[in-house]
Amino acid sequence: MIQATISKTLPAGPESPEFSLEVEFEAASGVTVLFGPSGSGKTLTLDSIAGFLKPDSGRILLDGRILFDAGAGVHLPPQKRACGYVFQNQALFPNMTIRENLAFAAAAVPRLERHRRIAEMLDRFKLTPMAGRCPHELSGGQKQRAAIARALIADPRVILLDEPARGLDVSLRDDLHTLIHELRASLKVPIFLVTHDAEECFALADHVLIYDAGRIVHRGTPAELFANPGTAAAAKLLGGFNIFEAEVVAIDPGRQSSRLRLLGEEIAGPHLRGCFRGDRITVCVRPEELKVAARSVENGIRAELLRTTAKAQSIRADFGGGLIVDMARETWRGLEDTARSGLWVQIPAASLRQLS
Amino acid sequence: MAIDWFPLWLSLEVALGATAISLAIGIWLAWLLANRQFRGKDVLDALATLPLALPPTVLGYYLLVIIGRTSWIGRAWEAVTGSPLVFTWRAAVIASTLHAVPLLLKSARAALENVDRSYERAARSLGASEWRLFWRVSFPLARRPIAAATALAFARSMGDFGATLMIAGDIPGRTQTAAIAIYDAVESGNTLVARLLVLVISILTAGIVYFANRLEQRRHA
Repeated sequence: MIQATISKTLPAGPESPEFSLEVEFEAASGVTVLFGPSGSGKTLTLDSIAGFLKPDSGRILLDGRILFDAGAGVHLPPQKRACGYVFQNQALFPNMTIRENLAFAAAAVPRLERHRRIAEMLDRFKLTPMAGRCPHELSGGQKQRAAIARALIADPRVILLDEPARGLDVSLRDDLHTLIHELRASLKVPIFLVTHDAEECFALADHVLIYDAGRIVHRGTPAELFANPGTAAAAKLLGGFNIFEAEVVAIDPGRQSSRLRLLGEEIAGPHLRGCFRGDRITVCVRPEELKVAARSVENGIRAELLRTTAKAQSIRADFGGGLIVDMARETWRGLEDTARSGLWVQIPAASLRQLS
Repeated sequence: MAIDWFPLWLSLEVALGATAISLAIGIWLAWLLANRQFRGKDVLDALATLPLALPPTVLGYYLLVIIGRTSWIGRAWEAVTGSPLVFTWRAAVIASTLHAVPLLLKSARAALENVDRSYERAARSLGASEWRLFWRVSFPLARRPIAAATALAFARSMGDFGATLMIAGDIPGRTQTAAIAIYDAVESGNTLVARLLVLVISILTAGIVYFANRLEQRRHA
């Protein structure tokens, strides 16, 4: 269990403006994904937990132990924090073999136990055949496994993975994801994972913290975020959402519904909290929640098809006004012929989510 | 005519001693400057570089003031060992060390600062003490340029003239190093000795420089 309040201002450099990190979170065992664009403070957060960066103020507790407390003047050195940090570049010591890298990490373990544990780790991460090789002789996937094995061997109380999939091709990425799922199941410690890949975020997270410009703009389980990204910034970062400006034309609290003017047409909307007639709001809807029809449909708007793109599992249709719809290939096959004479896009009222 | 090889042997011995001492001091200072923030860091950095820039006779003069027979270091040395420090081969070692330290310090510091920070972070995060981190990670990764600098420092110590003359003097058979013997031989018209010593010193130094360059290049390969 980790609880952290971190506040840090980095002064402007020659090429970078001043940056401030203000975050507060807690995480139990399981995978917590720090998700957001590059330079939003994700790695700085890991560095603060590991002790490489001293926050200006705040407090970091790991299993009740104080790692950092600005008020009490506590700032434990990285050596005493028991954090298993897996670096973006793996940082395997190039002057040592893989076995020596693991032995270096397990130096505090008694000799016999150490040998046993190294052998066990090598075996578990399928590294036994290359135990005697140096890091530069290993493939990307092997290096990544070795770096994780090295971080785990000293029994860390928290695991910090900084963009572990960076530079790995698709199949190795899948292997890595499987490995992280296994770790999650076998370890009872919090795992923090930094990524700016939405797919990876949804694939691995138990809990997501969405970062933007040094702040956590939204948080929740992947399912919660998928259902409602909460803010326009989070929706943009997660990607794939249709985001629209809409005007509230009418509110009907009794029927839990509303009327919205969206893309120039009036449609039925969901129940809106704290809104008045005439308000301008931002709403989002997922592309696969929309339906395309060849004739006028209930709660549909007439839309001009700009292009279609084939994706691995579906067809993506781009309409004027920035409207995007994903549909099954068969659905599209049925519509393709009538596309020229005009299409309607149905927007189910319940699928529209209000963003703040 | 028998050639007196003593100056050459003395030069090698002095260079060996000076290199060993400056290696210890230079690497320690380099680590300090590369890893620690402290008050007066800039001053220390400047002071450690000064011997490279100062005229050797000025350096020699300072040394005379600091370790001469009337200074407290000189008197303390004499009280403990029974003989003065100046005008002995030990003084020659000190003079050469002073020249070698900045050379080693500069290269060692650059080499240590060049080591990817993530290795040091990884080692710390894995619980390694600063001592262990240095000897198992930072130093091995920086050892090639440090070895190259050591070779150059050795060559530099072997050829010191000004400061050595000021503080160790020119006592044949006791403190007369090769560089000083060459000067003497030329002054007294002893061309053969001068030529021989020049030739040997040149070959040795050229060999060392070549070796040092090879070390540097392999690092970039």
